[in-house]
Amino acid sequence: MHLTLLEAALGAAAAIAVPLTAAGIMAGSPVDPAMQPAATVVVGATTLDFPLPGEFLAVGTPAVAPVERAAVGAFQIMKRQVSLADYRRCVDEAACAAPDARMVQADVPVTGVNWLDAQSYAQWYSKATRLTWRLPTAIEAAAAAAERFSGDAFSAAADDPANPAVRWIRRYREEAAAKRPPDPKPKPAGYYGANSKGVEDFAGNVWEWTSTCYARTILGEDRDVVDSTENCGVRVMEGRHRAYMSTFVRDGKSGGCAVGTPPENLGFRLVLEDRSAVAAAAARLRNLVDTIGTKIAQENGK
Amino acid sequence: MFTRRQALLGAAATAMLAAMPPLAAAANETEIAALPREKVALVAPPYVHAHEQVATGGPKVVEFTMPIVEKTVVIDDEGTEFQAMTFDGSMPGPMMVVHEGDYVEMTLMNPETNPLPHNIDFHAATGALGGGALTLINPGEQVTLRFKATRTGTFVYHCAPEGAMIPWHVVSGMSGTIMVLPRDGLKNEKGETLTYDKVFYVGENDLYVPRDEEGNFKTYESHGDSYADTVEVMRGLIPTHVVFNGAKGALTGDNAMKAKVGETVLIVHSQANRDTRPHLIGGHGDYVWEQGKFANPPAKDLETWFIRGGSAGAALYTFLQPGIYAYVNHNLIEAVELGATAHFVVEGEWDDDLMKQVAAPGPIPMN
Repeated sequence: MHLTLLEAALGAAAAIAVPLTAAGIMAGSPVDPAMQPAATVVVGATTLDFPLPGEFLAVGTPAVAPVERAAVGAFQIMKRQVSLADYRRCVDEAACAAPDARMVQADVPVTGVNWLDAQSYAQWYSKATRLTWRLPTAIEAAAAAAERFSGDAFSAAADDPANPAVRWIRRYREEAAAKRPPDPKPKPAGYYGANSKGVEDFAGNVWEWTSTCYARTILGEDRDVVDSTENCGVRVMEGRHRAYMSTFVRDGKSGGCAVGTPPENLGFRLVLEDRSAVAAAAARLRNLVDTIGTKIAQENGK
Repeated sequence: MFTRRQALLGAAATAMLAAMPPLAAAANETEIAALPREKVALVAPPYVHAHEQVATGGPKVVEFTMPIVEKTVVIDDEGTEFQAMTFDGSMPGPMMVVHEGDYVEMTLMNPETNPLPHNIDFHAATGALGGGALTLINPGEQVTLRFKATRTGTFVYHCAPEGAMIPWHVVSGMSGTIMVLPRDGLKNEKGETLTYDKVFYVGENDLYVPRDEEGNFKTYESHGDSYADTVEVMRGLIPTHVVFNGAKGALTGDNAMKAKVGETVLIVHSQANRDTRPHLIGGHGDYVWEQGKFANPPAKDLETWFIRGGSAGAALYTFLQPGIYAYVNHNLIEAVELGATAHFVVEGEWDDDLMKQVAAPGPIPMN
C-alpha cells in the first residue's frame, strides 16, 4: 500500500506509470520495474577549441574548418556505448528496428544502426528507464571524448586554388597512409579503455552518432560565417575521425564518399538530459521504489 | 561468267587468305631450335614485365615459368578468407607479353605441397584445348608447352582440368592474360603507330564465397572442404565479390595505379568467366580494342567498353587532367558493393579549359 501511494505520486512525472500493486507483489506475479539505467559519466562544464563540423568555402575554394572556442555546460553521458544486449530489448519490444549487427558472443556495443534507429532507441530507453535520454551534439561528443577527440582527420583546405587535384591527391595519400588493417569485429565493452573523463571506448572501431546536422558554410574574408546551408538528412559522427553519414545508413562503408576511409561500425551512446533537482530526486526515489519492488517480488518468488 | 556459287566460294577463299597469319610458314624443330631464346621473369599484376612495343629482331622463343600456388588469401576489408588457386601466386596470374610469330615456351610447375592437379588453357594457342590437354600435372610434377603466337591481341589463359573442376578452378583465381603484340606495334584505324608510356593489367575475378546460417562468410580449412558449398553458390550465378587484382580495394590507396597528365596508359582488362564493362570515371578510352584483338581497328572515344567473359580487352588513354580517377566495372553495384573499383592517382596541371567550377556550392540566391 505504501509503495502504491509512492508510485502514484511519481506517476505524473513518469513516462510510463507501471502500477506496482501490493496485491501483485504479494502474489509474486511479474512486475515491470523501470530498466536499470546505464552508468553515466558527468562531464564537467568546460571550454574547448572545437573544429566546426561540415564543409567550408572561402572565396569559392574549400577552406579549413574554423576552430571555435566554445563553452559546454556540464552534462551526463553514458560511460559505455549502447550495448547490443540493451538494444535487443528495444527490438524485442518492437520499438526499434533490428540492427545490421554482426553476430558475436560477448557483451559488445550495438553496431549496424542508423541515426533513426538511435533516435528510436533514445525514445524507448527514456520510457524504459523513466529518464530522458538523447543523442549528444557534436560538441558534447567532443567534450566527452576529451583527448580522444580528433574531429576532421584531414585538412580540407585547397592547397592550390588553381589546381583542385592537388588537394584531392594529398587527402587521398593522407587517408591511405592512415589506413589500418581491417578490424571491424565489435569488441567487448571496455576493450578500448577509458579516457581522462572516464568515458569508455571512444575512438575504437565504433563511430558514434550525434544530433548535429551536416552544414556547408560560406566564410567571409575574416573567416566569419557569411552563410550556411544545413542538411539534416546527413548527421555528424564522431570517432577515430569525424564522418558525415546519411541518417538511414547502417553501414559506414556504404555511407561514406567514393574515396576515403569509412567508419568501421556505426553505433552510439546517449546523453542523460539535464533535469531539475526535483525531477532528479523523484527519479532517484522511483528507482529506489522499483528496486525495493523488485526485491520484494524476488523474495516472494522464492 | 561466274555462277553465284563460284562467286561465294571465291569470296570465301579470299577471306581465308586474308585471315592467314603472315608467318604461317611452318618451321621445323631445327629452325625453332636455331631461334634466339629469351627468359622472361614475370611480375605480379597490375604491373607487366618490361617489353618492346615494336619488335627489334625476328621471332624468338620466349620462356616463362609459373609455379601454381594454392593458398588462403583475404579478399575484402572485412577480412574474409578465401581458398585461392593461383598462377605464380597472384590473382590474376601475371601478364605475359610476346610478339606475333614468337614461340611461347611455358613451364608450369605444380609443387608437391598442392593437393590438386592443374593445367593451362591459352586462348592465344591453337589445338589441344589451348594446351590444356598437354599440360595436366599432378602435385610434384612440371610440364613444358610450346605454342606459336599466331594471332595478335590480348588473350585469357586459365586452368581447365576437367568437368566440374574447370569453373571452380577459374573462379578460385586461376586466370591471367597474354598479350601478343604486332611486330610493328599497335596501330590506330589509319595504320599509324600508337605507343604507351605505361601498361597496367587489371584482372577481374568473380568470387563465390558461401555463407553460414547467420549470413557470415564461411572459412574453410582447405580447398576440398570449400568445394561443395562453393559450387552451390556458383550455380546461383551471383558472385559475393567482384574484385580487381584479387581483393576488394587491392588497387586503391597505396596500391593505386599512378600516372601523370600527358602520359598514355594501356589498360588491359581480363575476365575469364563473366562479362564486365570497364569505365574510367572522368576519363575515356581514346582507342579501345574491346575484343582485345589488334587485327581489328580500335574503337575511339569510348565511355565504357564491354569485355566478354572469357576474354581480355585493351584500352589506350592519355590523361589530360590531374586527380583521383576511379576505374570501375560500370555495373555500379558490382563496383561499389562487390568490390570492382580501382583508382588512378594522376598528377599534373589542372586544365581550366576542360573543366572549371564556375560557382562554388552555396545557397540558392533569393530574388
